Amino acid sequence: MAKGTKRTKADAESMASKQRDISVSEFFAKNRHLLGFDNPRKALLTTVKEAVDNALDACEEASILPEIEVKIEEITPPPHASKPGRYIVTITDNGPGIVRKQVENIFGRLLYGSKFHRLKMSRGQQGIGISAAGMYGLMTTGKPMVITTRPKKNKPAHHLELAMDTTKNKPEVTVDVETDDFPNNTGTRVAIEMEAKFFRGKGSVETYLEQTAISNPHCSITFIPPDKAHENPDLAESNEYVEVDEQGIVRTQEFSDRIVYPRTVDELPPETEEIKPHPYGVELGTFLTMLNKTNEKQLAGFFKKEFCRVPPSTVKEVTAAASNSKKSYSGQTWVKTIESKDAEKIYKALQEAKLRSPPTDCLSPIGVKQMLAGLLKGVKAEFYTASTRKPSVYRGNPFQIEAAIAFGGDLPGDQQARVIRYANRVPLLHQQSACSSFKSVVETSWKNYGMQQPRGGLPVGPLVVMIHMASVWVPFTSESKDAIADYDEIRKEMSLALQECGRKLGQYIRRRQRMKRDAQKRDVFERYIGEISRACNYLTGTDTQELYDALLAQAKARTEIADAQLDDEGKFIKDDQGRLAKADDVIILDSAIGGPDESGSVAEAKPVVKKKRVSKTSKKKRTSKKKSSSKKAAAGLFGG
Amino acid sequence: MAKKVTKKKVVKKKVAKKKVAKKTTKKTAKNAPAKSSVARTNKAGKRDQETSVKLSAMAQSIVTAVHADKEPEMDVPIRAASNTNWNAKKGILEMGDSVGTRQLFNLGQARKFMQTLLHGKSVDELLQADKTLSLRGMFYKSLHTIEGTKEKTFDDQTESDGILEDLEVSLGSLREELHIFAKKRGTMVGNITVVDNGDEINCRKMGSGGYAIPSICEPEVIQFKDVKAKFILHVEKDTVWQRFNEDRFWEKHNCILTEGSGQPTRGVRRMLHRLNKEHGLPVYCLLDCDPWGHYIYSVIKQGSISLAFESSRLAIPEAKYLGIRSIDFERCDLSDDVKISLNDRDIKRAKQIAAYPWFEKNKQWQKEIKKMLSNGFKMEVESLITKDISYVTEEYVPARLKAKDWLG
Repeated sequence: MAKGTKRTKADAESMASKQRDISVSEFFAKNRHLLGFDNPRKALLTTVKEAVDNALDACEEASILPEIEVKIEEITPPPHASKPGRYIVTITDNGPGIVRKQVENIFGRLLYGSKFHRLKMSRGQQGIGISAAGMYGLMTTGKPMVITTRPKKNKPAHHLELAMDTTKNKPEVTVDVETDDFPNNTGTRVAIEMEAKFFRGKGSVETYLEQTAISNPHCSITFIPPDKAHENPDLAESNEYVEVDEQGIVRTQEFSDRIVYPRTVDELPPETEEIKPHPYGVELGTFLTMLNKTNEKQLAGFFKKEFCRVPPSTVKEVTAAASNSKKSYSGQTWVKTIESKDAEKIYKALQEAKLRSPPTDCLSPIGVKQMLAGLLKGVKAEFYTASTRKPSVYRGNPFQIEAAIAFGGDLPGDQQARVIRYANRVPLLHQQSACSSFKSVVETSWKNYGMQQPRGGLPVGPLVVMIHMASVWVPFTSESKDAIADYDEIRKEMSLALQECGRKLGQYIRRRQRMKRDAQKRDVFERYIGEISRACNYLTGTDTQELYDALLAQAKARTEIADAQLDDEGKFIKDDQGRLAKADDVIILDSAIGGPDESGSVAEAKPVVKKKRVSKTSKKKRTSKKKSSSKKAAAGLFGG
Repeated sequence: MAKKVTKKKVVKKKVAKKKVAKKTTKKTAKNAPAKSSVARTNKAGKRDQETSVKLSAMAQSIVTAVHADKEPEMDVPIRAASNTNWNAKKGILEMGDSVGTRQLFNLGQARKFMQTLLHGKSVDELLQADKTLSLRGMFYKSLHTIEGTKEKTFDDQTESDGILEDLEVSLGSLREELHIFAKKRGTMVGNITVVDNGDEINCRKMGSGGYAIPSICEPEVIQFKDVKAKFILHVEKDTVWQRFNEDRFWEKHNCILTEGSGQPTRGVRRMLHRLNKEHGLPVYCLLDCDPWGHYIYSVIKQGSISLAFESSRLAIPEAKYLGIRSIDFERCDLSDDVKISLNDRDIKRAKQIAAYPWFEKNKQWQKEIKKMLSNGFKMEVESLITKDISYVTEEYVPARLKAKDWLG
């Protein structure tokens, strides 16, 4: 504050002249980082993410197995490392399409959607995503968003170009024609031109799609990045059919121009039910608003209509508790007559009442089978396990935690484990360390399961940990929806799910180590047995092959004894192998287990010895005198 | 106490096993006439045959065990300080009774088990051919790559040497009996004639080089003739020996002058032992005043830990330590320049030596080591040269001998 200058005095009137409405669109245009458009790199990801989330939600709601294509075209490459380039992002789905009159609202207005007002498990929540992407594109390039949608089979598709008026939060349609240029029976295609930066690796579009494919094995995703062909000229041309690898597993496939994440499960996830709020999850302000807005006349009706888990007996209990000598309430009390301070009493009584947990059939976990299918497709490992916890409740919101683990195989063994986090099947790519699921992975003591783990860090080894939280309302730490907030109930469930997976992993690792040890032992013994039999044959004249066979039998028997030791749970380890492999929640790829019989050196050593046997037996037929003379000759060679 | 008891038990068990092994030996002898057919008349041939029988017995006990579905194992006496006993009466170190079992089906022992048998085979081949090989030669004799692998039977000679020593103790045969010799080390000159493999060597006419003491000094190879010398002066190393030889010390004092190039080999020790036992020549040692010199004396006098099983053929309990003594710095009025300060390793080793049971009760030696530690420095024999080039040969040693001033 400069002292010398004269201060302009503003009075209430002059200030009032400047005070006006701020449109939501305007607010977000200035604060675009809140929506995930902080920088050109993230813009691309956020756009793809919002569009794919919407497409998947729409397909599932319409019971269509989703097929999604994501295409990124480079119009002008970034001129400089610090400057963005210009891209067109096109996302095409085979969903139900959008009726013509809703197109402007859905794509052209912020905070418009079907998902915000209801408590239902779905991917998107606030309804700001895709329109914000369009707005970002318009702001950075001046180009409108291009939408093609076909809501009805055999009818032409609508082709619209939308620009948004940020001051009015209203869309302007610049082009509106009908077209036949749409590949699917029904569905929607969105194309947005924007300033952005394409990249690969952590936090990229590719990572997002890869992880989405893992959590949604029922969907098929095709990704056409801008520069695929230049990168690896050895890749094959793309073809129509899905290939199966030698182990009979359908995996992610890379072609010269695209990456295909194939569908590996042909069932849609069960449809989720919408639920009413549970009183424990409602705050006082919300409660007051609900009282104001309800169409019900009496308290009993209000509770029945607006909440779940409030039966008439509870209404009686609550109203009685809120009543005092001056005023008494009951189910018949008119809603209109309740003043706000009375409402507070009722609210308090409601919070103190013993209520049943909210219904949990509204949740749709990915499922053990599906998680395994997804990981099998996306992660080349040798051991997979998954676990789905029973639903639980935080602040009146039902939720369910799932975890899965992939271990070994092609995963890098000297790096920290990779944690992939999901909320309602949507991958969370940023703010890993702020996320409750990440913390629960760090807090699990993986040393118990045979992994290395530095203090306060992720386990180190060939490990991918997947955590999914399904809920009607996922508590994110911020609007960018990147990290799950820390609730004790959630953390506890996450830990339990991880422990379930960890125990199975531990069993597997221990068994693997044991097999390795045994194989090594057997290997060592068998290596020396040949030498020993030959030396003994020289010194005693015993038959080499007979002794070799006897020693080999002993070596085998001895290492088998090690096989059959008891494990921690007191069960036979041999049995354990079958038990683990047969379990529904575990997949072990055969080739991954290097059993002692498969170790190369043993197989190699055998024929060599057999060869010897022929020569030794023929030698044995000779007279003993000859034998000693041949011995002498051999010694003479060395001695002389 | 508890430890001892378990050891005894182990020994009893082993003895029982050995009996079994012996039984099988007889069988083998019948079954394998090939061995006995190699008839040799001389004494050495008979001894070789005994060794050969021992070797096949060792192998046979393994074969028998395997065919009886028992664990193949061999007994190897433990060669460590824990299994070395101080026999105060005889004044030598002796190997205890503890026997370790070497098993094939034990990850830590499998390789050694295989190596022991390989060397057993090689030794038998040597016996049959009636030839000897050096330790290094034995390493090459048993060296090859194991079929179907990239692993060699021996990584280096050290590994091979250890196995050969094991073989010596487990068979109860000496290295010579296995037809193995070590590198020559050590020199000798003096008023004596040695018959080495039939050749007469007059040790009075060895020029400046001296007679190289062979690795094998057994009576079959080396005989003594014309022993006129009255005592033996053993010095630590070649440089000092040269000084004495140049000054014709052995001639003036009518003695034998030997040198062991540091820790004397078995050949040198056997030579000294035989001259001492067979001709009653007292042995006087002139060594450095440091823990290593002290230990050389200890080995000459009562034997070493790793070869404790041979002490009775190598040790000379009557050997005396002439010097250098820790009091010599003052006694001989040496200059400060000869002091070499003791490092941590020296101090540690000196304390270790002082605590050995055969030093522990020797007051003279306790005093000597204590004095050296309190001096805080060590001295080499060469330090006497600072007085005069021939001070050591003309004054120091004659004076000590005359005064009978030595440590025992």
